[in-house]
Amino acid sequence: MTDEGGGVRPSYRDYFEWFDREDALRIHRKAQQAEAFFRTIGITFNVYGDADADERLIPFDVVPRIIAAREWRRLSRGIEQRVRALNAFLHDIYHRQEILRAGRVPVDLIARNDAFLPMMMGMDPPGGIYTHISGIDIVRTGPDEFYVLEDNARTPSGVSYMLENRETMLQMFPELFAKVAVREVGDYPINLLKSLSACAPPMCGGTPTVAVLTPGIHNSAYFEHSFLADQMGAELVEGHDLRVVDGRIAMRTTQGYRAIDVLYRRVDDDFLDPLNFRPDSLLGVPGIWDVYRAGGITIANAPGTGIADDKALYSYMPDIIEFYTGEKALLPNVPTWRCSEEEHCREVLDRLPELVVKEVHGSGGYGMLVGPAASKREIAAFRKKLEANPANYIAQPTLSLSTVPIFTKAGLAPRHVDLRPFVLMSPQGLTITPGGLTRVAMKRGSLVVNSSQGGGTKDTWVLED
Amino acid sequence: MLGKTAGALFWMARYLERSENNARLIDAGFRIALTRWQTAPSEWKSILGTAGVDQAFMAAHDDYSSARVVDFLLRDPANPSSIVSLLKRARDNARTARTALTREVWEAVNTSWMTLTGLLRRQVREDDLPDVLAAIRQQNAQVRGVLAGTMLRDDGYNFARLGTFLERADNTARILDVKYYLLLPSVAHIGSSIDNVQWETILRSVSAHRAYRWLYGAEISALKIAEFLILYRQMPRSLAFCCDKMQDNLDWLQRGYGEETEAGRMARTICRDKLSAPIQSIFDGGLHEYLRGFLTANAMLAQQIERDYRFVE
Repeated sequence: MTDEGGGVRPSYRDYFEWFDREDALRIHRKAQQAEAFFRTIGITFNVYGDADADERLIPFDVVPRIIAAREWRRLSRGIEQRVRALNAFLHDIYHRQEILRAGRVPVDLIARNDAFLPMMMGMDPPGGIYTHISGIDIVRTGPDEFYVLEDNARTPSGVSYMLENRETMLQMFPELFAKVAVREVGDYPINLLKSLSACAPPMCGGTPTVAVLTPGIHNSAYFEHSFLADQMGAELVEGHDLRVVDGRIAMRTTQGYRAIDVLYRRVDDDFLDPLNFRPDSLLGVPGIWDVYRAGGITIANAPGTGIADDKALYSYMPDIIEFYTGEKALLPNVPTWRCSEEEHCREVLDRLPELVVKEVHGSGGYGMLVGPAASKREIAAFRKKLEANPANYIAQPTLSLSTVPIFTKAGLAPRHVDLRPFVLMSPQGLTITPGGLTRVAMKRGSLVVNSSQGGGTKDTWVLED
Repeated sequence: MLGKTAGALFWMARYLERSENNARLIDAGFRIALTRWQTAPSEWKSILGTAGVDQAFMAAHDDYSSARVVDFLLRDPANPSSIVSLLKRARDNARTARTALTREVWEAVNTSWMTLTGLLRRQVREDDLPDVLAAIRQQNAQVRGVLAGTMLRDDGYNFARLGTFLERADNTARILDVKYYLLLPSVAHIGSSIDNVQWETILRSVSAHRAYRWLYGAEISALKIAEFLILYRQMPRSLAFCCDKMQDNLDWLQRGYGEETEAGRMARTICRDKLSAPIQSIFDGGLHEYLRGFLTANAMLAQQIERDYRFVE
């Protein structure tokens, strides 16, 4: 919130004018109310591998993270460029594979990647869209210095937190929104519905029927699935509600089977179709693959998009962007060492205590090493894992992430944050919701913002011009 | 509406209704246990029988001590009909049907689950029991209130109401059936009154001991009690009232969907065959046989609803 000279960043000026006149006790009480509010609406999550644990709440911080209009313009241009490149890359990889022929991305990286879906070869998803919904994780390291940390092109989650965080702030501090001009985020569900509807398959006649496919109430993101279905006015379906009827995917209603046109699926590729993928999956729909191929349904995101957000591929993103857009990447990548390459690996092993090392296919902050925060023993243990299977890891320098204030018992305190803007794509264009989800490491000095590791969230404000 | 969602609304309502009914049963049993400790064990046995869990209880316990029975009925996670188990199942169904509920209804169900599981975290002390039972009734009333006040009168609402009345009819019939032997001798000996405390228990377990007095004054007879709980259409827990409501809900669904169903026909048959004869003829044919017949017809209706509206494949 402050700049290098110790002054308040201009984007925070109006907020602090308000904050300085507020009673800290009142804000503290509001923060407690917010927690009760989240529990009542049930924004809770289950921690994986902890079946008996109570439902947990993601900590919410009442101080908004504020982004200036000018900063956002720059960010959104970079995000748009990136998402267009991702979609173009996916189309290419599943068609002529020009980028492999040009030698810009190694063939092995695709051919030997579990996320690559050979069945998608030559397949044209409706409207040519693969990444209907994506989330681009961004960090700020200095004034006007942003890096993309990760691309999420499978089923990025967290958008319900973005929306409920804003809702909560509006309820708690309505007067703030009269004082500071903040851009709206609440139209996301309607935009999502429009964007998905614009990708209806060839067999759709009339207004497209959209449904959200969830693994069920025990999934940790079930709240979000039901929230989005509810807000879009779409049905929330599970695998056992669906079957193939007359060449379409149909849902079992109280009045018989009704065809679905667009399926926003929140289950992984592997589980989509037990006939064509994992035979033990109970989450999917037997035969959906054949309906998809025949143009009977749109699956969002398209199967096989996982290849684009693989961490090993991430380091090639600047090349990928240049290859498809003819421009330099507007948002830089974090420099990345690929441990699969011997030379890189040696350097990583030498510098372990200062690096962040991640599993190539990992997610949720599991199985990673944050060198500067790790003990000698942890580093030694990690070194063994890395040496045993170098191709499984990438490493990055520890960035000096920017901090924003959070509200603590002892007053405001700086914490590290990242940002996940959400992007919708259809043949009619791209929609980026101003802001996105800000995740914050609640522990002092911590760089890990994942909710599974104790991270929290806060409302994200993009200011009007 | 998805068949699964309709089923979840139906079962959410059933489990909520059952939790409230079981709270009333505990209340009634607890009163007897306080005043008549000699007969308390047999009273608890009949209450466990009404809830359909007597065997499960005896598999885990040796005697019908009040503390054990109450804890089993309130909190035992191994008892599928304990209040805690029922609330969990009601909430799971509400989560499944989340997109068909208003935010208010969902929040009421979720709040009631949070509040009551909080109260039931530890074994409830005897002197706290009345407050806890009152809280269960109150939380249920809150859910019912927002359901009535915020839901569209659409198919979803009708499925939820169907669940409520089907469950309630089942419960009232069970209460009478477990106690029918108390009612019988007094009919045989016309004029003799039945045990005061016993009939109070029956009426209390359907929250109707005052209503009965308003209607029948001080006259306590088996015939009148049975008439009140079976045939009296203004009594909201009587079999006749519940069946009327179920028929209304099924009529709405048949009209709304433009499709006659077997369930609709079954409900009409129950109303006609079981609830139009005078009470004396029910007694003449055997009260126990009548109630068993009703419970079976009611259970078959539930299955038919499930089939007709495709709750499951």
